[in-house]
Amino acid sequence: MSGHFPADNIGDGSTAAHNRDEPTHFALDAASEAEIARHITKYPPGRQASAVLPALYVVQDQMRRQTGSAWIPRVAMDAVAARLEMPPIRVYEVATFYLMFNTSPIGKYHVQVCTTTPCWLRGSDDVVAACRKITGIKGWHETSVDGLFTLSEVECLGACVNAPILQIDNDFYEDMDGGLTEQLLIALKDGQARPAPGSMIGRQTSAPEGGPTTLKLVSE
Amino acid sequence: MVKLTVDGTEVEIAAGSSVLQACEQAGREIPRFCYHERLSVAGNCRMCLVEIEKAPKPIASCAYPAAEGMVVKTDTPMVRQARRGVMEFLLINHPLDCPICDQGGECDLQDQSYAYGMDHSRYAENKRAVKDKNLGPLVKTVMTRCIQCTRCIRFATEIAGVPELGATARGENLEVGTYVEHALTSELSGNLIDICPVGALTSKPYAFVSRPWELRKTDSIDALDAIGTPIRVDSRGGEVLRILPRVNDDINEEWIGDKSRFSVDGLKRRRLDRPWVRRDGKLQPATWPEAFAAIAERLQGLPGHRIGAIAGDLCDAESMMACKDLLASLGAHNLDCRQDGAALDASRRDFYLFNSTIAGIDAADAILLIGTNPRREAPLINARIRKRYLATAGRLPIAAITPPSDLTYKTINLGASPAALAGLIDATTPFAETLRAAAHPMIILGQGAIARPDGAAILAAAWRVADAVGALKPAWHGFNMLHTAAARVGALDLGFLPGPGGLAMPAMLAGGVDLLWLLGADAFDTAAIAPSTFVIYQGHHGDRGAARADVILPGAAYTEKDGTYVNTEGRVQRGYQALVAPGEAREDWRILRAFSATIGHTLPYDTIDALRDRLAQANPTFARVGLARFGATDTGAPHGEGGIADAPFTPAIADYYQTNPISRASLTMAACSANAPPALAGSPLAMAAE
Repeated sequence: MSGHFPADNIGDGSTAAHNRDEPTHFALDAASEAEIARHITKYPPGRQASAVLPALYVVQDQMRRQTGSAWIPRVAMDAVAARLEMPPIRVYEVATFYLMFNTSPIGKYHVQVCTTTPCWLRGSDDVVAACRKITGIKGWHETSVDGLFTLSEVECLGACVNAPILQIDNDFYEDMDGGLTEQLLIALKDGQARPAPGSMIGRQTSAPEGGPTTLKLVSE
Repeated sequence: MVKLTVDGTEVEIAAGSSVLQACEQAGREIPRFCYHERLSVAGNCRMCLVEIEKAPKPIASCAYPAAEGMVVKTDTPMVRQARRGVMEFLLINHPLDCPICDQGGECDLQDQSYAYGMDHSRYAENKRAVKDKNLGPLVKTVMTRCIQCTRCIRFATEIAGVPELGATARGENLEVGTYVEHALTSELSGNLIDICPVGALTSKPYAFVSRPWELRKTDSIDALDAIGTPIRVDSRGGEVLRILPRVNDDINEEWIGDKSRFSVDGLKRRRLDRPWVRRDGKLQPATWPEAFAAIAERLQGLPGHRIGAIAGDLCDAESMMACKDLLASLGAHNLDCRQDGAALDASRRDFYLFNSTIAGIDAADAILLIGTNPRREAPLINARIRKRYLATAGRLPIAAITPPSDLTYKTINLGASPAALAGLIDATTPFAETLRAAAHPMIILGQGAIARPDGAAILAAAWRVADAVGALKPAWHGFNMLHTAAARVGALDLGFLPGPGGLAMPAMLAGGVDLLWLLGADAFDTAAIAPSTFVIYQGHHGDRGAARADVILPGAAYTEKDGTYVNTEGRVQRGYQALVAPGEAREDWRILRAFSATIGHTLPYDTIDALRDRLAQANPTFARVGLARFGATDTGAPHGEGGIADAPFTPAIADYYQTNPISRASLTMAACSANAPPALAGSPLAMAAE
């Protein structure tokens, strides 16, 4: 492999059939159905296929609720295709294209480290090292032995102002460094509640460290 | 129209055309991989880069609209360097396996790298490798060779109407395939081989068989269905190695059905290569004189009305003419070509033709299918209907009175029984109004609708529907008969039908004749032939007809004779002989001519040209190759009395892949049939339950 992306970080282009964990059946539950129906209303009639991205998120969330692992089995892609009246291959294409969709089972927490230039300049290497130390994961897109963590390298998460970023499932933990990462992952490992997302050094959104220095009225 | 300049030549082209089309019009060759004029534009291979004045970068001409006053340059240092760069990128992950690649010699990538590429590679890293996919028995994949032009994906989605191929994952890991491994469920899948610009998709049966420059190429006409697809027969050393479509925008565009392309191995198996005569209840090898003598002996003293002939589905017009003349010289008028029992009315030509023409589908604005499954019976006509359906953004109203099946476009189901016809005639069915409002309505009647006891009444009812909705106009003939047999229209044109006092096929089989000449006819239950009847089977395959025969005369398959075929539109076309028939087999008209001499009724033609003159004399249609389009000038309905039964229509073809002796002898077709999707093979009951 000569490409920039490690092969197993990208999803599987060949087939999902070899997936040993592939369930035989998947049905949208009531919550998912309601959510997808809501997304469909955003698009003109007959264009329901446009809702494929949010629908895949909904399905991935349903898998998290039901199995503790947020991933999209092939049968779930089929369910989305049937719900949105589109050919299954069109859903497979979308689901395998985006790194946000996991086409194989992952751990309870999906730990996603941004290593794109701004985060890297601000010390994402330390964050990665801390992740490896606490979870024991050597490569990318691997799951820890205890099944708690899956570690992924992701491209720019669009929060460079608060670099480096560590994304756990859908939450952004910002202004990380090695120590904060260790604390966060140990807390998760010990089964504590997830800390509130956002800046881990107390910055107000993306305001300068130490609080806003201008526009003083901005306090919230 | 917009005016632009290409390499100093001023061209005028319709607004909305691409720069690439403008360059072609100016006579400039633009290299391309992903662009295909019959598919949507993808613009992803970047090979068609050109320079446009005032544009800072090279432009992908396939995806750039031509505009007024544009100045395009297709051969500048910038263009050459850009194309060389694109080619270098394409070749980064393309294996250097041309010597073992079946596309070698007819590969776009090979040709274009020769013309536009560099003379060496600067790439020293590892190439990517991609696992091959199994797409079924027809299409072989070597996915490492794929340059991801997505032509196959677009073909499957747009033309074939089976969205099964896609590009999964991304970047260097992008792979073209079905994701979940399964065989393609299209009857047009062989065309993927033709449109693939590299050797990623090649023909599985033809794998490692030959190189294109070793083949002798003969233009011919496909005889395995009634579309009359123009084909190129590629042969080498006495065997047909492959069949490819030729381009004819009025018939097949540039596609061909899988049965027509892949039945070639059937031309080599189960062939009749010598005459056989039944002696003591057993078929024994014989010589031509012995076989003729056996027939002459049986003919001795037989009155004309005890002699009959049935023409098969693959016959050329010449052999049917000779057969008809031979029987006429014996005073026999028992002729029939309607093996399926279809109640065809030959009293007027437009009663049995696809009058709107295949190209006419492109103008249709409402279609009614009666008792037909065009996907199985005429895949290219089905593809044409789908093309029209897509061109109207899915708004083309298509109704079907037929058991439900996946036709690759949406249909309004009016039930499966002929009872629906009444509602269309008296306009109580809402679809009658749709047809009436249409400027170019088409009523397509299948053989399944009229191959039943009440067939004549259904034919008349279908015509009355066409009349009632105003489809029969001088400028537009909306009544269409969809045939399934290549020989059928030619046979009707030359009158291979019961003459005065002559018997039709059921009566002939039921002991109405003592000598029955089967001219390649075996698409019926031969057990129905009365045991006392002396049967002559003249044909090329040892199939059902040969098994029942008392004398077998080995004939030539459609690739082995010059022949005239009339397609379902009434288009007269000529195919040329690609190779000689095996063993002692002869061209069919020569057999009939030779036999006529032995019994002293010598047919008055010694050459095929003389025979063709005779054809033109029998029906002036044969004098002119091609098709004259005509409107409806006489709305008088075909003759058809009696009640119409309520029984639902059954499709004329139960299994797309095996409909004639050649495709039944083909191992490839057997493999396709074994895992055919329900849309292409299956009983009507199973289809109705879908």
